[in-house]
Amino acid sequence: MASGHAETNGIVRATNAQADAQWGRHARFAAWRFVLQRASAAVLAVCVVIHLASIIYGVRHGLTSQAIVARMHASAIWPAFYAVFVVAAAVHAPLGLRPIVDEWLGLRGRGVDAVLALFACVLLAGGVYAVASLAG
Amino acid sequence: MRTTTARRNDFRARGHAAYWAFVVHRVSGIALALFLPVHFFVLSQALARPAALDRFLNWTQQPAVKVSETLLVLALAAHLAGGVRLLLVEFVGWRAEWQKSALAIAAALACGYALLFALVA
Repeated sequence: MASGHAETNGIVRATNAQADAQWGRHARFAAWRFVLQRASAAVLAVCVVIHLASIIYGVRHGLTSQAIVARMHASAIWPAFYAVFVVAAAVHAPLGLRPIVDEWLGLRGRGVDAVLALFACVLLAGGVYAVASLAG
Repeated sequence: MRTTTARRNDFRARGHAAYWAFVVHRVSGIALALFLPVHFFVLSQALARPAALDRFLNWTQQPAVKVSETLLVLALAAHLAGGVRLLLVEFVGWRAEWQKSALAIAAALACGYALLFALVA
């Protein structure tokens, strides 16, 4: 009891204050995941439409490193667009994988969240580096 | 016991078109998430090692790679169309009578784009 736990029928339970705080953290994390997943999805919806159009343009107008770099240099809008695209994808992909590894692989908990956060960092760093390489 | 009931419900639910939309959204999402790091790595070669990128781009001209590319493009288009459908369901309002039409439109747009890509690429 002194340690903040109540014992009922031999089962140690957290006291109300502790349980409330824990539930609050879970609820806030879930709410943030929901908001970030939908917000990034809305950004990606616009980005992917533009990307699909630029894929068709790209394959018809030359797909060499020189041609790709030249297109990226055509306007400062392109590096800025792809930077936004990368950030949205880095947020969206790990959040999307989270329920999949939970439901299909039975993997959940802090370790999984840490790996997914690392994956987000890898996507962000890799994406920004790729954009910088093409725009540099 | 719980598993048995869940499986029985799953079997019934699998008859619904929205179940297949869910499967397509998940599988395409996994494929795209796995592809992204490779995509970024390949593109990052453009400045430092343009010859390596061009060798890779040449390698992608093989028919088998073209087919894989088309499947990836189909995955992207399907994930986009299915995702927009989900956003509409969640934020604009769910209408039972619209669902099959929304699914058909999403599938048609995704397949149509993949076909266009296959024809021009």
